[in-house]
Formats: sequence, C-alpha cells, structure tokens
Amino acid sequence: MVAIVGVGFCGFNSTTPDLSWKEIVYEAAIKAYSDAGINPRRDVDSFVTCEEDFWEGVAISDEFVPDQLGAVVKPTCTVCSDFLYGLATAYMQIKSGLAEIVVLEAHSKASDLKTLGNAIRHAMDPIWLRPISRAHPYYLAALEMQIYMCERGLCEEDVARVVVKNKNNALLNPSAPYAANVKLEDVMRSPKVFDPLKKMEIAQTSDGAVILVVASDEVARKLTDTPIWIKGIGWWTETNSYDTASFSALYAYKAAKMAYKMAGIANPVKEVDFAEVDDRFAFKELQHIEALQFANKFEVARLLRDGYFDRDGVIPVNVSGGSLGVGNLLECTGGQKTLEVILQLRGEAGKRQIDAEVGVAQVWRYLPTFSGAVAVLGV
Amino acid sequence: MAVGKRKIECPLYAEGTAVSEEDIKTRKVTHYEDHPDIRYSWTAGQAISRFLNGLKEGKILGVKCDGCKRIMVPPRMFCELCYKPIDGWVELKDTGTILTYSISYIDPDARPLPKPIVVALIQIDGASQNMAIMHLIGEIEPEKVYVGMRVKAVWKPENEREGSVTDIKYWKPLEG
Ligand SMILES: [Zn+2]
Repeated sequence: MVAIVGVGFCGFNSTTPDLSWKEIVYEAAIKAYSDAGINPRRDVDSFVTCEEDFWEGVAISDEFVPDQLGAVVKPTCTVCSDFLYGLATAYMQIKSGLAEIVVLEAHSKASDLKTLGNAIRHAMDPIWLRPISRAHPYYLAALEMQIYMCERGLCEEDVARVVVKNKNNALLNPSAPYAANVKLEDVMRSPKVFDPLKKMEIAQTSDGAVILVVASDEVARKLTDTPIWIKGIGWWTETNSYDTASFSALYAYKAAKMAYKMAGIANPVKEVDFAEVDDRFAFKELQHIEALQFANKFEVARLLRDGYFDRDGVIPVNVSGGSLGVGNLLECTGGQKTLEVILQLRGEAGKRQIDAEVGVAQVWRYLPTFSGAVAVLGV
Repeated sequence: MAVGKRKIECPLYAEGTAVSEEDIKTRKVTHYEDHPDIRYSWTAGQAISRFLNGLKEGKILGVKCDGCKRIMVPPRMFCELCYKPIDGWVELKDTGTILTYSISYIDPDARPLPKPIVVALIQIDGASQNMAIMHLIGEIEPEKVYVGMRVKAVWKPENEREGSVTDIKYWKPLEG
C-alpha cells in the first residue's frame, strides 16, 4: 500500500494581501516536511503539483513550482487538475517503483484573480456555449440544480440545510473563514441570484495551500507510526458539455465505484465512517452524498434533515465546514478535503474531532465540468 | 526597411497559403470570435514587496543565505537551494555587467520596431554568480553592446517612481 506520512497547510483565508502564492506554499511545505521528518533536498524522489494556468494568471505555471517546494533540480511534474488527481499520480509513481517518496502540492491564490466569472466562462465551449449568455457562469450550476431538484422532488429548504450544517460545522474549524452561526431562515432569506440558486448556497473563494508527503509501504513504516493509507482512489469524466450531461453527478458515482473497488468496500454506509465532499454549490453535496452511496437517491434530503450527516450523525459529511465554510480553493479544494480526512484519522482535528478509521475525500472539477475524483483513506 | 540598421533577409516563418483578411471578413472561414476579459492582481508578497519599495527609493535590495553564502537578487524569503529562511537583507550597487544580450528588431506581431530594443541580463555588482536581472540597455548604439560590458542603472526621477522594475528606465554604459 501507499501511505500519507506528512501533511502541511497554510490558510485558509478569504484574502492574503501580505503573502505571495509562493510564500504561502513555502509555509505549508515546511510544515509538511517537518511533520514527515524529511529533508526535501535529500529525501524526495518526485514532486507533483496541481494547478491550472487560468487560475494562476501565468502560462506554463508548472515552471514556477520548484523553488518554494525545495524541488530545484529535481523531478517535478504538474497535473492540470484538482489535488486528488495529483494524489492518484503520486500513488501511481510510487506503485510503479519510480519513486519511494513523492511530495504533492496544490494551492489557491484566488484573491489574485479579479474576474473569476470570466475565467470560468473561458472554460466553456467558445463556439457552442459562450455566445449564449453574458451572465455570470454560476447560472450553469443553477441549471443543474433545477433539474436535480425536480428529479429528486427537493424543496428549497432541503438544499438550504446543507449551508446551515456546513457553516455551523465550520465554527469549530479555526481555518474556516466563512464559518457562521446561520439558521435555516437566514439561508432561505438569501437572494436567489441564479434562481433557484441562492447566494448563500455558493462557496466563496479562499486562499491557501496543502502539501502531502506520500511514501511507499516500506518507507512509510520507517518514517511514522501513524501512516494514513491510501486504500482506494478513482477518477472519472462524464461528458464535456451541458447539453449531454446526466445532472446526477455520475462522475462522482463512477469515481467512487473505482475507489471503493480498490479499497474492497462493498457497503459504503457500513464501511466508511465519514466524508468530505464537494459542496461548492450546496445542492452538489446532496448529489455527491448520493453518488458516494451513503443514501438512496430519494432519501438524501430526509436523512440530512434528520441529522444523519451531522458531525454526530451516522456518516458525518463535511465536518470541516466544507467549501461553504472553508471556501472554494480552486485546484486545492480536494487538498482541503483530503487534509480534513487525514487530520480526523490521525486524531488531530481539535474541537471538531470525530471517531473514525475510514474516511472519503471527494472532489468535483468545478464549473463547467462533469469530472471528479474520490479517495478512500484509512488508518 | 525601418528595422534599425540591419537588413533581415530570411522570412521569419515558413511560407504557406495564408488565410486572407478577406476570407475571415466574409466568413469564408467559419469561426466565432471572443475577447475574454480575465484580470489579475498578483500579490507581490514579503520579499518582492520590499524589493519594489527599495526601487522606489533608488536602491537595489538583495538577500543573503549563510548556508550557501549566496547574495541573491531578486530577493526571496527562503533559499531555494538550502531550503531554509534567508539570513538577512543587503543593499547592492546599481552597477553591473552584461551577462548576455539580444537586439530585437521586431515586435510580437512581427512588425518592424521603430528603434531596435536591447534586452540584457545584467549581473548586479555584489550579487552571486547567476544572479542577474533582465532589463534594457540604452544610451548606446545597439551594435556596440558586448558581453562583459559594465553598465549603470538610469533611474526615473524620484517623483515618477512607483515601486516597479520600470523605476529603472534602462542601464547605460559605465565607461565614457
Ligand atoms: Zn542557501
């Protein structure tokens, strides 16, 4: 097996005017290296980073990676996707025997990007979709939300409850800038900026970085008494366009199937203790809970209302506060989810600690995609 | 040809059958045009902020690492070779040596420039080997520039400086 032997993060903050993204990454990296007890200049065989040029504002952004990671004159490569895809890459490099210790990095300096909407719009098909509307592309999420609510028979409150749960969970997370003591009526009063999508149901962006040190079985056992094992990992893409999608997070269902199969998990409800899922639009959490097979598709909303996914529920979901509480970290979103799973499994989650041995981190590649990845981690 | 003093005889690209402006205008080539407006405001951070504020005062600031003994410019908060925090700040001279240079005659759209532009890497006096900054060379005929030439910064007047690498207008020959 392959294990996570070190973790470090910096953030998460709604804005970081005092630090460059490189300085944020450096801070997270030194924490991860000291946590793993390694020297990056001596011990690391390969560095994997996850970034997207349009989020960064520089082309070939992977060239800017080495210095702050201690990766100068070392093998580095960039996965142009979310952190969890990078975890899969690190896993494969180790399993193939190419490397024994791999460092994985992702960051967000979303506060440097002044036109988030136009950057998202730039990911839409230029001929087919872009000319249709000048509206902020969050309407794409609303399109999906509308049909999902219809098909599952959801009411507005069903979706709003996700915001209430996650923002309140975030109150126990010192690294969650969007934590808030909100009640259902507060969310219900939030304006429908993209009907049926409410403003409070959209995760705002935040800055930060997450670094992992990943190692082979043998090396992991030498480095630490508390390795977190990567039991399963999967990723999947449905389609590239809004006119051919299923709108039921099939990408998450298929990625979870792949990860569960690898982890030997036949009954996720019984074998998974908790999950951090992508909730960058509140309804996405419901979709993803369903896709991860924690509930039947017509039960998710009722179970949420009954507290099944609360911090003290049967399968706690987004104990960290999720992206609604921590913020949308762009390609580092999967990093924050993985971080929370690791901290919980290690018993280092502070006031929000739950009792768990197997956790799932799930991420979506954000608008306008139907792609995502899932990792099953365990002690 | 208005391309400085040198004649350029070979084409910059392989000749082929070009799509004409007419083909595009009459939509003979089917297409959809978009001009995305994506804007950024990159945070300079601790090290570069101090460097830029130094330029505003007419100073070139570097940092030192006691591990590898390097004096580094542009500055950073950590030594990327020793992978540890830097050990302090130093003020460097505004003189240096041309490490390499090029004379450009053509703009990004392959149009001749009214005057050739000399871009050089300048090894700053007092900084370690391979610690050069990229800048312009001025007050000299382009063909007289050479590798190893000693140069000095020409600063903007103090009231025009804004904390940017362009607070130095260009570098001019030190001798003569
Ligand atoms: Zn050094």
